[in-house]
Amino acid sequence: MNAGPEEKPVAPPVELEGIRLTEAQLRRRRARSIAIGLSLGALVILFWAVTIVRMGGNVLNRTL
Amino acid sequence: MSDVQIEGIETEAGQLAGPSDFIALLKPRVMSLVVFTALTGLVLAPGGIHPVIAFAAILSIAVGAGASGALNMWYDADIDRVMSRTRNRPIPAGRITRSEALAFGLTLAGLSVLVLTVLVNPVAGALLAFTIFFYVVIYSMWLKRWTPQNIVIGGAAGAFPPIIGWASVTGSVSLESIVLFLIIFMWTPPHFWALALFKSDDYARAGIPMLPVVSGVAETKRQILLYSLLLAPLGVLPAILGFATPAYGVLAGLLGVAFVVLAIRVFRMDAADTSMKAAKRLFAFSILYLFLLFAMLLAERVAQLAGLIA
Repeated sequence: MNAGPEEKPVAPPVELEGIRLTEAQLRRRRARSIAIGLSLGALVILFWAVTIVRMGGNVLNRTL
Repeated sequence: MSDVQIEGIETEAGQLAGPSDFIALLKPRVMSLVVFTALTGLVLAPGGIHPVIAFAAILSIAVGAGASGALNMWYDADIDRVMSRTRNRPIPAGRITRSEALAFGLTLAGLSVLVLTVLVNPVAGALLAFTIFFYVVIYSMWLKRWTPQNIVIGGAAGAFPPIIGWASVTGSVSLESIVLFLIIFMWTPPHFWALALFKSDDYARAGIPMLPVVSGVAETKRQILLYSLLLAPLGVLPAILGFATPAYGVLAGLLGVAFVVLAIRVFRMDAADTSMKAAKRLFAFSILYLFLLFAMLLAERVAQLAGLIA
């Protein structure tokens, strides 16, 4: 039960099966990810800007 | 079965789309016209709107129009494949799958309506939702493949943007914005039928009941002339109703006359004329006509806001 640490057998590296993307495909996927990221960032900025506009001067009107 | 699936997956992965393919799904050229007409409605509307809110409104309307385009391409992929004009769109060309286009279109449609409703006002949001529904369900899914009057009724979808732009400022629909709607509504049939005249083979091959395919070239020419005669006075209406200057009225009248003259030339076009020069000329002029009308309205209002004219 309290035996010392056993040596784990080292598994031989396995070639994972599945789709391997080519360089061009990886590039396009990266471009898509960047485009989605930028769009979401722009949406965040838009909501922030409209919030500030809607609040107007009231943004400073708070108890300190 | 598994072979087919693996093949399918490989095909999809082999044609992974870039951002430009998704931008093509939004029909950028149609979108630019939507932005322009919506902006005109927004600027013409009485009362002010903060520039940031105005930007949010135009952006939402543009994205909503883009979403309609993507959903239209999702539904029409089968007929786009057989028409030379649309063969290179992302879905028939195999760069984007139908399900990707559907997901993309639905996401953008929902997002654009939500943003317009929350950031601008619920009336504008509801109008945008109705426009997307009208274009995708009423026009693309129902009318387009069923009746030669498809673009007459379907044209309403393209005519809504100035109403949405106007409602973004006022929160309501008014006579002025309805006039802008009517101008685009009456403009759509002669514009598209002029195109359909010289692309009728394409539509016939795709089995779309466009007027020249169903009722023949002669009837199409007659209808083009009829709608042009209705359109020309409508173009002048903003001046008569007093939300444009008499100078606009004169120019719009002259452009309307030119439109009718070109429509008469199409009407008189020889049946043996396969080059369809008159139809091509009317099609090109129709784009210029609508652009000039809205550009004049926009320029006048901007000049008025800047205090340059009364």
